[in-house]
Amino acid sequence: MTGWSYGVILAISGVVAVLLVVDLVRDRAAQDSHYIGLGVLQVGVLAQLVGGCVALARTERELEGAVFVSYLVTVALLPVVGAFFSLAERSRVGTTILLLAVATVAGLELRLWDIWGGTGG
Amino acid sequence: MAEELATGWGRALVFVYGVFAVAATGRSAVQLGEDAGKLPYWLSLLAAVLYLVATTCLLVGGRTGWAVARIAVSIELVGVLAVGAWSYLDTDLFHDKTVWSHFGQGYGFLPLVLPFAGLAWLHHTKPAADR
Repeated sequence: MTGWSYGVILAISGVVAVLLVVDLVRDRAAQDSHYIGLGVLQVGVLAQLVGGCVALARTERELEGAVFVSYLVTVALLPVVGAFFSLAERSRVGTTILLLAVATVAGLELRLWDIWGGTGG
Repeated sequence: MAEELATGWGRALVFVYGVFAVAATGRSAVQLGEDAGKLPYWLSLLAAVLYLVATTCLLVGGRTGWAVARIAVSIELVGVLAVGAWSYLDTDLFHDKTVWSHFGQGYGFLPLVLPFAGLAWLHHTKPAADR
């Protein structure tokens, strides 16, 4: 699992975040398009979870493996949990929760990138 | 104002507190696992416990939940301000990033915003005196 997977997921997060901000400004509840975007993001993070674990098993480098996997798992859970929370709140609050979830995914992707890069590069 | 603690904006708050509870617990567990002799790591654990208590109390709700949540969020506010300031003064002690050091810089300064949001929400949902 090389650096590009983080870039792809960051890009998806960015697109979904823009959609969410647009509807948040319009004071709308989360739309179908948001959930489709979130679904795409979910597929991405699940693929990354599998790919990341495989890459971790293959690499010779010294990495904080437990931390890396725990981040991968957290990132894979976030879209689902965020979706459940937002479905319970069909207003701009739900839209805000999705935005928070997507922003957290983006933040964790940056951390994952750091961890995978390791301190020694 | 007798609104439920975990509905409306409270649900957004529960989500963020939940994420921080997981993040702080994970970080303090890893750091204390490496070296249990460092004070900042224990402060991370304190942060984790407070986030867990706040999340739980918001979900449980009721008068007791509200009261305990206010205590936890108040300690959290004092903690993030004190540790944030302390980490700038004593850079040797806070060599490694923790949840509250530099006012939560490593977490997009959300740890600094969160207690204010929490106290505002608790003020908004304050139980009526006669109930």
